[in-house]
Amino acid sequence: MAGAASALFLLDIKGRVLVWRDYRGDVSAAQAERFFTKLIEKEGDPQSQDPVVYDNGVTYMFVQHSNVYLMTATRQNCNAASILFFLHRVVDVFKHYFEELEEESLRDNFVVVYELLDEIMDFGYPQYTEAKILSEFIKTDAYRMEVTQRPPMAVTNAVSWRSEGINYKKNEVFLDVVESVNILVNSNGQIIRSDVVGALKMRTYLSGMPECKLGLNDRVLLEAQGRVTKGKAIDLEDIKFHQCVRLARFENDRTISFIPPDGSFDLMTYRLSTQVKPLIWVEAQVEKHSRSRVEIMVKARSQYKERSTATNVEIAVPVPTDASSPNIRASMGSAAYAPENDALMWKIRSFPGGKEYMLRAEFTLPSITDEEATPERKAPIRVKFEIPYFTVSGIQVRYLKIIEKSGYQALPWVRYITMAGEYELRLI
Amino acid sequence: MSGHDSKYFSTTKKGEIPELKEELNSQHRDKRKDAVKKVIAAMTVGKDVSSLFTDVVNCMQTENLELKKLVYLYLINYAKSQPDLAILAVNTFVKDSQDPNPLIRALAVRTMGCIRVDKITEYLCDPLQRCLKDDDPYVRKTAAVCVAKLYDINAELVEDRGFLESLKDLISDNNPMVVANAVAALAEIQEHSSRPIFEITSHTLSKLLTALNECTEWGQVFILDALSRCKAADAREAENIVERITPRLQHANCAVVLSAVKMILLQMELISSTDVVRNLCKKMAPPLVTLLSAEPEIQYVALRNINLIVQKRPTILAHEIKVFFCKYNDPIYVKMEKLEIMIKLASDRNIDQVLLEFKEYATEVDVDFVRRAVRAIGRCAIKLDRAAERCISVLLELIKIKVNYVVQEAIIKPLVCTLKALLMIYYDLPRYESIIATLCESLDTLDEPEAKASMIWIIGEYAERIDNADELLESFLESFPEEPPQVQLQLLTATVKLFLKKPTEGPQQMIQVVLNNATVETDNPDLRDRAYIYWRLLSTDPEAAKDVVLAEKPVISDDSNQLDPSLLDELLANIATLSSVYHKPPDAFVTRAKTASQRTEDDDYPDGNEKGYSANVGDGGASPSTSSSSVPYTAARQPSPAQVMPAPASPVPDLLGDLIGLDNNAIVPADQPAMPSGPPLPILLPASTGQGLQISAQLARQDGQIFYSLMFENNSQITLDGFMIQFNKNSFGLAAAGPLQVPPLAPGAAARTLLPMVLFQNMSPGPPSSLLQVAVKNNQQPVWYFNDKILLHVFFSEDGRMERTSFLEVRSLFHIALVYCGTELSKPYIMKDHTAERSSSMSIWSVMFVTWRSLPDSNEVLKEFPGIMVGSAETTMDRLAASNVFFIAKRKHANQDVLYFSAKIPRGIPLLIELTTVIGNPGLKCATKTPNPELAPLFFEAIETLLKI
Repeated sequence: MAGAASALFLLDIKGRVLVWRDYRGDVSAAQAERFFTKLIEKEGDPQSQDPVVYDNGVTYMFVQHSNVYLMTATRQNCNAASILFFLHRVVDVFKHYFEELEEESLRDNFVVVYELLDEIMDFGYPQYTEAKILSEFIKTDAYRMEVTQRPPMAVTNAVSWRSEGINYKKNEVFLDVVESVNILVNSNGQIIRSDVVGALKMRTYLSGMPECKLGLNDRVLLEAQGRVTKGKAIDLEDIKFHQCVRLARFENDRTISFIPPDGSFDLMTYRLSTQVKPLIWVEAQVEKHSRSRVEIMVKARSQYKERSTATNVEIAVPVPTDASSPNIRASMGSAAYAPENDALMWKIRSFPGGKEYMLRAEFTLPSITDEEATPERKAPIRVKFEIPYFTVSGIQVRYLKIIEKSGYQALPWVRYITMAGEYELRLI
Repeated sequence: MSGHDSKYFSTTKKGEIPELKEELNSQHRDKRKDAVKKVIAAMTVGKDVSSLFTDVVNCMQTENLELKKLVYLYLINYAKSQPDLAILAVNTFVKDSQDPNPLIRALAVRTMGCIRVDKITEYLCDPLQRCLKDDDPYVRKTAAVCVAKLYDINAELVEDRGFLESLKDLISDNNPMVVANAVAALAEIQEHSSRPIFEITSHTLSKLLTALNECTEWGQVFILDALSRCKAADAREAENIVERITPRLQHANCAVVLSAVKMILLQMELISSTDVVRNLCKKMAPPLVTLLSAEPEIQYVALRNINLIVQKRPTILAHEIKVFFCKYNDPIYVKMEKLEIMIKLASDRNIDQVLLEFKEYATEVDVDFVRRAVRAIGRCAIKLDRAAERCISVLLELIKIKVNYVVQEAIIKPLVCTLKALLMIYYDLPRYESIIATLCESLDTLDEPEAKASMIWIIGEYAERIDNADELLESFLESFPEEPPQVQLQLLTATVKLFLKKPTEGPQQMIQVVLNNATVETDNPDLRDRAYIYWRLLSTDPEAAKDVVLAEKPVISDDSNQLDPSLLDELLANIATLSSVYHKPPDAFVTRAKTASQRTEDDDYPDGNEKGYSANVGDGGASPSTSSSSVPYTAARQPSPAQVMPAPASPVPDLLGDLIGLDNNAIVPADQPAMPSGPPLPILLPASTGQGLQISAQLARQDGQIFYSLMFENNSQITLDGFMIQFNKNSFGLAAAGPLQVPPLAPGAAARTLLPMVLFQNMSPGPPSSLLQVAVKNNQQPVWYFNDKILLHVFFSEDGRMERTSFLEVRSLFHIALVYCGTELSKPYIMKDHTAERSSSMSIWSVMFVTWRSLPDSNEVLKEFPGIMVGSAETTMDRLAASNVFFIAKRKHANQDVLYFSAKIPRGIPLLIELTTVIGNPGLKCATKTPNPELAPLFFEAIETLLKI
């Protein structure tokens, strides 16, 4: 059951090795490079290639980030979920160190890269991926001191994500409740899928080792405590916590208690699969007069309460690739043809609740078409928006208690926002 | 925080190495550091800087941690190529392992473990022992993993030095990270050991479950994966375990979630209370769904696993089908997996919605995906009887939309194939009669051979119901010679069917044309043979022809790619691992081959192993595997335990002749040089018994000739010469055909030789036995006796292939074959186009069956090998062919694969072999038919040796 990676490769966009670390001595770089180069050549588009590939006794798993591939090779039956997730974590670590993970930054910092590869994995087993703590004892040149480094306590502590002795003059916590609405509407106008994925994003600037307790309007908790719910209590369906949250405690009495990492992190994510009314409904009628022009009429309607307002609304309506000479009129906001996306982009800075706006557009089509042409991808209408001070789920932070032995007072700031996630409406 | 290391990559072209050498030996610390960086940069871009070994190692003694790390890195890379110089580093390593700074102590042990050089390994033990008991948990956690490294290099050393015990102690360590790494190390060691090393008692179990709450996310994965090997004693314990695992479902790390799911599913097997099980299923659903919001690569792994989970527990996600609907931007590999799961979750309740989705996908652009989507509709039709009509009508709508040619072709093919499959299941034409009419209209768009063949099958099968069946077939016949073989075969059969159903003039003419085409104007033996058989049948006995051609068809059912239950259970025990991604048991792709020795220097010859001279004996090296899908195997022949006849208590002078009862002519002096190299042979006379003389030997076959391959090693203090050999009477009359050629052996020397052998010299009476008694003598020592085993496969001759032509002459036998074909062979034929490639060459089939059946049943002997697993049919064929066991045919029976082979042993005794197995699962049934069934036990031994991995 056990299994470990044999080596970790960082490859450039053409599949050539930038840096690699051999953990077990049973694969060779040249072989892996040859294989991978062949693979991406063959596929053309590596994004369509399965992320797990078997070749000649070796399994390759990879993820891509900008112009770098991160790939592991293994000869064993190792935990694929763990390795792939680890690769994504490695991306985060590099991003923390070099701001951007790309070919150049890896080359520019290869010494640190080697050091990190030595620390994050040992004999092919993932070891430690807390970027913040790693940077306490593996530093880039600019920050390197001559003092000999010691492993921070945190590396092996039960609280592996926070170092001791942090000090702030002003102790503050910022808590953003961000809900993304995912929706998929089919061409008949039926909602075939909708869910809300929420995240509690925290930024902590707290001294010492603060003990935090978060109270939400969680129905299970409130009912267990026998409280009469004033206002709305909500059912959170699938909650995922940052590793700092004591899971066993939550399982017992639904208390969310934790010692937070320093800086920003996602405290928890949750999902609600209850059917939600689409916040912004878009209908489009496309009339294609073949070989001359195409007429598009778009109606956008806001379906939330009037006191809320969506900002930065962006509606992308797909148009044929060979369309030209746009003629667009919008009753609100600005609209422009974006040929690079084969779409008509309609932007509305502020969209109050209960309103409906229209847009008409006309494009010219070429009079000759290629009979053999492959058909175009049928892209859906896609919508982006943000609605501040509003959550679909009605989640509320009832309290955030922060207790530290020095007894300081910390200020929690809470913000709510709802935004569009994968918000797709298929065209007829 | 950006660095400027890239400057180290730029080099002055001329004299780079000498320049670096100079800088490495510079007085200035900074200059040395820069130089090491340049060396590492050169190493990174693949330049060979191993010649700087001594100079770099000289920089190792430094206070500068960064520099030290770089030197260590260099050592990991090049110590292997400079093993003698690596010893230079040992002192510093040992010193560093006692450094006051834990970071350096850990670094030293970690690095030493990565250097796979014996000299370093020897010195690793003491520091490792210390570090396992270090005060600092960071050092202990590193040391724990280091034990696994050492075990990988030298398992004996780990056991002898008691590291396993120290490692087990670490499970009770107070630091969770140390516990997690110890668990990972123990689990890995257990994996490679047959002895129980890491047993999880209820005490360790509760310890580990406690550590689970405190260790890092990766540590949690190690512990959960290790725990999934242990099963609870009873339902109550299982419930307790599950209770402590369930909080992990809330973890943000997907790997933790999946491993927890694995653990819960395994324990659920023991829980009998339906309420508890239902409750657990309810708990697992949301986390599984949430995995689909992860990164696409993780989604892929999750989907492959969910595919398994829904096969075992369909209720978990029965109501969640919508989450598997494809999004516009999903990568294609995610879409494909989602499609599979949608089919699995499709039910009468949700089929309308699912069909709507499939229809949407069918109008996408990616042809592969479109094809799969259309096929998915077909599979739903087969799976859900009541929805079949709706599925078919969706397919028809798709045809009517006539989106474009590319897609059109993509739809027609699965449509026709689906329809054919449906007809084969339900035999209910009226339901689909209208469709056939529509299909016939789009005949011109049928380009794909598979679709064409399916359509022709439909026409032939329902010739009596389709009014213009003859016209339709005739239109195909015009292009008969140009059609691919698959279509030709189907046309031939369909025409015969048409003729048998409507024996009128038109079809009669058609049949003439077809038979003529298929017998005279074709080179394809399959087609020709099938045509001949039909011809003969039709001309001799049309009624018999009807029985054969229009025979009842076998029932097929939708498999929806369902896995065999036992395989499914094995895969579920491997959730989250590669095994669950591939849907293959780990043995099928994990290579046990130790390739530790091949590192950078032999990159270009990744599988380079010495060319053994005896190709027939399974040699120990990994054979280079060419195809990327075939699983490489190591024909590792375990040296059989040496069986040694007790040496006579007192020296017996010149006993050879007396004992064996033969004239001494066969004893031949040895004085010619022997061959020095070759694969290892089993030791038959260990040095301890042979007063320092060690003899290893084995029968081998080379170029059609049998040899006795011998290896003599002289570990005694005196030179040995005058070697002679003698064989006792044996079942096959094996005897030496020439002199034994072994040079005088100085102390410490070894020699190898190939002794040619002959058969049928002095045969022992009685039932065949594999015993081969050998006596060897030399001028200095008493006579040594030892036993060897005769492996039957060395007798398999190169002419053992059952030649089709030689059997074709036996025309009269054809009738038997045909009767057999009528019942048995119609199956592979009809199914052929539907179930992909099936090597069903009629002639070979018939030959096989004729020969098989011409031998009486009493000559058939059967034996099961529960321990043997066939990873892939091709490897097995290759492996057997290497030993002159020749592949004849293959067929599928239910989920089993049946392979037929032939072999021949001297005196022309044929062996027919039938292997039945489920590919990828352990368990192999071997049946053999031969005129000499008493050979069977020997034969089975040989097969076992050949197939054991």
